[in-house]
Amino acid sequence: MPYLGSEDVVKELKKALCNPHIQADRLRYRNVIQRVIRMPGVQEYIQQPILNGLRDKASYVRRVAVLGCAKMHNLHGDSEVDGALVNELYSLLRDQDPIVVVNCLRSLEEILKLEGGVVINKPIAHHLLNRMSKLDQWGQAEVLNFLLRYQPRSEEELFDILNLLDSFLKSSSPGVVMGATKLFLILAKKFPHVQTDVLVRVKGPLLAACSSESRELCFVALCHVRQILHSLPGHFSSHYKKFFCSYSEPHYIKLQKVEVLCELVNDENVQQVLEELRGYCTDVSADFAQAAIFAIGGIARTYTDQCVQILTELLGLRQEHITTVVVQTFRDLVWLCPQCTEAVCQALPGCEENIQDSEGKQALIWLLGVHGERIPNAPYVLEDFVENVKSETFPAVKMELLTALLRLFLSRPAECQDMLGRLLYYCIEEEKDMAVRDRGLFYYRLLLVGIDEVKRILCSPKSDPTLGLLEDPAERPVNSWASDFNTLVPVYGKAHWATISKCQGAERCGPELPKTSSFAVSGPLIPEDNKEREQELPDSGALMLVPNRQLTADYFEKTWLSLKVAHQQVLPWRGEFHPDTLQMALQVVNIQTIAMSRAGTRPWKAYLSAQDDTGCLFLTELLLEPENSEMQISVKQNEARTETLNSFISVLETVIGTIEEIKS
Amino acid sequence: MISQFFILSSKGDPLIYKDFRGDSGGRDVAELFYRKLTGLPGDESPVVMVTTGGRRHHDGRHFIHIRHSSLYLVVTTSENVSPFSLLELLSRLATLLGDYCGSLGEGTISRNVALVYELLDEVLDYGYVQTTSTEMLRNFIQTEAVVSKPFSLFDLSSVGLFGAETQQSKVAPSSAASRPVLSSRSDQSQKNEVFLDVVERLSVLIASNGSLLKVDVQGEIRLKSFLPSGSEMRIGLTEEFCVGKSELRGYGPGIRVDEVSFHSSVNLDEFESHRILRLQPPQGELTVMRYQLSDDLPSPLPFRLFPSVQWDRGSGRTTLEPKPRPVSLNVRLHLPLPRGVVSLSQELSSPEQKAELAEGALRWDLPRVQGGSQLSGLFQMDVPGSPGPPSHGLSTSAPPLGLGPASLSFELPRHTCSGLQVRFLRLAFRPCGNANPHKWVRHLSHSDAYVIRI
Repeated sequence: MPYLGSEDVVKELKKALCNPHIQADRLRYRNVIQRVIRMPGVQEYIQQPILNGLRDKASYVRRVAVLGCAKMHNLHGDSEVDGALVNELYSLLRDQDPIVVVNCLRSLEEILKLEGGVVINKPIAHHLLNRMSKLDQWGQAEVLNFLLRYQPRSEEELFDILNLLDSFLKSSSPGVVMGATKLFLILAKKFPHVQTDVLVRVKGPLLAACSSESRELCFVALCHVRQILHSLPGHFSSHYKKFFCSYSEPHYIKLQKVEVLCELVNDENVQQVLEELRGYCTDVSADFAQAAIFAIGGIARTYTDQCVQILTELLGLRQEHITTVVVQTFRDLVWLCPQCTEAVCQALPGCEENIQDSEGKQALIWLLGVHGERIPNAPYVLEDFVENVKSETFPAVKMELLTALLRLFLSRPAECQDMLGRLLYYCIEEEKDMAVRDRGLFYYRLLLVGIDEVKRILCSPKSDPTLGLLEDPAERPVNSWASDFNTLVPVYGKAHWATISKCQGAERCGPELPKTSSFAVSGPLIPEDNKEREQELPDSGALMLVPNRQLTADYFEKTWLSLKVAHQQVLPWRGEFHPDTLQMALQVVNIQTIAMSRAGTRPWKAYLSAQDDTGCLFLTELLLEPENSEMQISVKQNEARTETLNSFISVLETVIGTIEEIKS
Repeated sequence: MISQFFILSSKGDPLIYKDFRGDSGGRDVAELFYRKLTGLPGDESPVVMVTTGGRRHHDGRHFIHIRHSSLYLVVTTSENVSPFSLLELLSRLATLLGDYCGSLGEGTISRNVALVYELLDEVLDYGYVQTTSTEMLRNFIQTEAVVSKPFSLFDLSSVGLFGAETQQSKVAPSSAASRPVLSSRSDQSQKNEVFLDVVERLSVLIASNGSLLKVDVQGEIRLKSFLPSGSEMRIGLTEEFCVGKSELRGYGPGIRVDEVSFHSSVNLDEFESHRILRLQPPQGELTVMRYQLSDDLPSPLPFRLFPSVQWDRGSGRTTLEPKPRPVSLNVRLHLPLPRGVVSLSQELSSPEQKAELAEGALRWDLPRVQGGSQLSGLFQMDVPGSPGPPSHGLSTSAPPLGLGPASLSFELPRHTCSGLQVRFLRLAFRPCGNANPHKWVRHLSHSDAYVIRI
C-alpha cells in the first residue's frame, strides 16, 4: 500500500482512524497510527483520533495514543506546547494500566523537553512510589530515574521514601537495583552513613553481575565497581578473589579486573593479589602481560619491596615485551619512591640486550643517566648505544641519550669524556633530525660556558615523591559521582566522557529557544509551581565564555585601570588552599588567570580574565585579606550588561564554592 | 530511549534493522557499527562505543551491544541511559526471540524476519520498552515461526542445555527444547513439556601446593515451559537448603548458599517451611532462581589435578594427572608453556586422547571421562636458550616462569557442586487431552574457570 501523501490517501486514513471498528481493534489501530505518524503533513487529521485514543476503554489503545502525543509533538518540531494536552497527560498518570502511566511520563518528558521535562511534585512522586510494585522491571527502572528530580521537603519524608524504595535494592533485575541505588545516593546526599550503607547492600548484586555469564554486563559492573572504589578504597577488599581473571575471558574484562585488583589492594590481600598478578605477567597475550606489569608498578607505590622483587624476577625471563615494560615501570617508580633506587640499580645490568622499542630504550637510558653513579657498568652500556647511534631509528632515543650521557659525564667524567665528544660530534655534524641537532648544539654551548653552569642546569632533583599524591587523586566524595552512577559515564571513563560531551555540546549550542511560560494548571496531580524547577536548572545557555582568550598582562593592567568596578562581592573562605587547583578549575570554565600570588602569602591576590562570545570582557580580582576569613571578588566589565555579569558571577561562585568543598 | 535496534550476523551482515525514532542517519549506521567494532584497538572495550566526527547526523550516538550465539544485538541511543537496563533489555530480547523462533541463530532469524519485526513492534514503541512478558505479547503476535530442521550430524554430538545428552537415549530428543514456544496451536497436546535445569558455573583457583584459594559457584534454576500460561507448578528443592551463613536445617551438613534471588513471579509462601517454590510461569524461558556460593563448598571438589614438574636445564617433564569424581564430558586441559618450546613429546594414558600445541599452550582434549578414574599425561619439552633467572644463579630445577597455570574446562552432567537438587516438580495443571505433560529435570555443572597453579 503506497503512502504517497496524496489527498485521497490522507482522507482514507482519516476515515479509517475515525472508524469505531478500527478503534476497537487494537492491532489495527496501532498499525494505522504508527503508519500515519511518520507521514509529514497529516497532523491535522490524526490529532482528533489520538485525543480520542487517550480516552479509549482499551488500555492497549491508550498506551499507543499516549506515546502518539509525543510523536505528534516532535513531528511538528517548532509547535507550541498544547496546554490542554499536557493537562490531559498529567491526569492520565492516574491511569489503571501501569504501562500507560510510564508512557505518560515519557511522553510528557518529550513534549516539555524545552522546559526541563516532566515535573515531579510531591503528589506525583508519592503516587508513582505507590504504583511501583505494579510496574514491570523496565517501568520500575524508568520511574526510579524520573524520581531523581524530586526533592523531598523534609527529612521525615525523605526517610519514608527510602523505606518505600528499600525492596527494590533486592530486585532480581540489575537495572532496577542500580536505579534504586542511584536514587538512594542522590536523595541521601546529606547523609553519608546512609550512602555507605546502600553501597554495602549493593555489593552483593554488583559482585553477582561481575561474575555474570553475560560478558557485557560483567564489564559494565566492573566499571561501576571501580567508580565506587575511588571513594571507598576498602569497599571490595575482602572480595578480591572475585576479580581474578580466567583465561577464557575476553581482553577488555581482564584489563578492567586488573585495574580493580590494583585499586583494592590492602595489607591483608597484597600477597595473594601480587601472586595472581605475577601469573598474568607471563600471559600469552603481550598486551595483557604488559597491563599486569604496569599494575604491579602501581601497587609498588605502596608496597615497594615485594613488587620490585617480582619485577626483578621478570627481567630474568629475558623477553623483550616484558623487559621493556618492567624498565619503564622502574623509571616511574624511582621517580616516585626514591627508597627503591638501590634495588632497581642492581636489577638493571643486562637489560639492554632485551630492549628494542623506543619507550623501553628511553627509560633505560634515563635510568642510566640519572642513577649512573650507582650502576658500575653504566658507561659501557651507554657506550654501546653511542656506537650504534648511526643505526638508531628513534630521534627521541637520541635526545635521551644526549641528556643521559651529559649527566653521567658530570658524575663519572673520566669514563665518559671520550664518548660524549664522539656523540656530540655525531649529533652536530651528521645527524639529520633537527631537534636532535639542536639539542646537541645546545649542550655543546652549555659545556663551553663551564661545568658549574652545566651542573646547575642538568642536576635537577632525582625524585619527587609528592608527584604521586598529585597523580592519584585523594578519595573523592560519593556525591561527586552519584549523579553519574548507572549511566554511561563510568563505562566510558570520566575523561573520555568529557571529550564526548564536549563534541556533542559544540554541536548543540545552537540558539536556545526562550522558555515558554507555564500554562494554566489545575488538579492535584499537576505541578504546583514551576519556580522550583527553574532554580534547579540554572540556565547556562546565556553566557558562553570563549576558550583560550589569553590577554597579556600589560593589556590587562591597562584595561583594569580604565574601568570601574561593576560588581563586588564577598564569599566565605577558610584556611589554606592550592592556587594551582583554583587555576585549573578556572581554566575548565574558560576563565584565564593573568597573575596570582604564591600560596601562603598574605594578602593573597589573583587577577583573572574571561571573554564571552559577544566580545564582552570580564576582569576579576580575588583578594584574601590576612585577618578575616573571606574572599573579596571585584569584577569589571567593558560593556555594561547586567544579565551576563550575573551569569559570570554565578560561574565564578560555583568554581570557588567547589574548591572550598574539595578542600573541606 | 532507543533510537535504533539491529541484529548483525557474525560477519557484519544486517539481518534485522529497525529505526524507532526516525531521527537517525539510516541503515548505514549498522555498517558503521561493524567497522568500529572490527577496528577497535586491543585495549578498548567494545561494549559501549560512541560515534564522533564524521558525518554530522551520526555524531554522539552510543552503540551498546551484546553478543549472543554469534549474533550482535545492537541498540543505539543518543542519551546518557542506564547501561544495566539496556544490556538487560538486549539479553531479554535475545531470550524472547529464541522463545518465538525456536532458537536464536543466523538461520532462524533470517527465516523469521516478519515475526521478529512484529515482536519488535510490540516490545518497543518509539524507542520505549512497552512489555517483554511472553504472556502479554502472545495476544498480539500473529505470525507463526518457520522452523526448519536440516538433519545434521552436529546435532547429535552437541550436548544442549535444554536439549539432551544424546549419549543417553533415554532423554528427550535434542531438538525438543529448540522449538518455538508458540508454534502451531493445533497439535498442542503433544507438546506439554516442561524443562527444568539446575545449572551451576564453577570457578576455582587451586594453589600449587594443592590448597584451595578460591571457590565460587554461580547457580541458576532455569525453566522452559511449553505449558499453557497460567498453569501452576511447584518446585521442591532439597530440604536442607540453607541461605546465609547462620541458618541451620536438617541434621546433616546441609546445603548452604550465600545469596539467593528469585524471579518476581515466584511465590515464596512455602519456601521457609518446605523449600517449595510456587509459580505460574509464562510460556518460554525463565530464570526462576539465582544463587551464589563462595569459599565454602560442602562437597569435595569435582576435579583434582596432580601436576608434577621436573625441570633440568632447558628441558622438562611435566606430568599431569587429572582425576574427576563424577562422570565428566568435554574435558579440556589448557596449559600455557614457556615461550620458545621446540619439541613436545607426549605419553597419554589412553590412545584415543589427543594433546596438541596451539598458541603457545598445550591443549589436551578428553571427550568423556569416567567418574573416579585417574588419567595421566606425561609431556616432555625442550626450551632452548632458557637459563634460569640470573639473579638466582643457576637454579635449574625450578620451572621457568612461563609454565602454567593449568586450567580445566569440563561439564558434569547430573551433578551440582552445591549439592542442590530438585526434589520434585509438580504441575497443578491437568491437560484436557490425553497424556500427562512431560517433565524433564536436569542437573548440570560446568566450569567457568578452573585454574590450578603449577
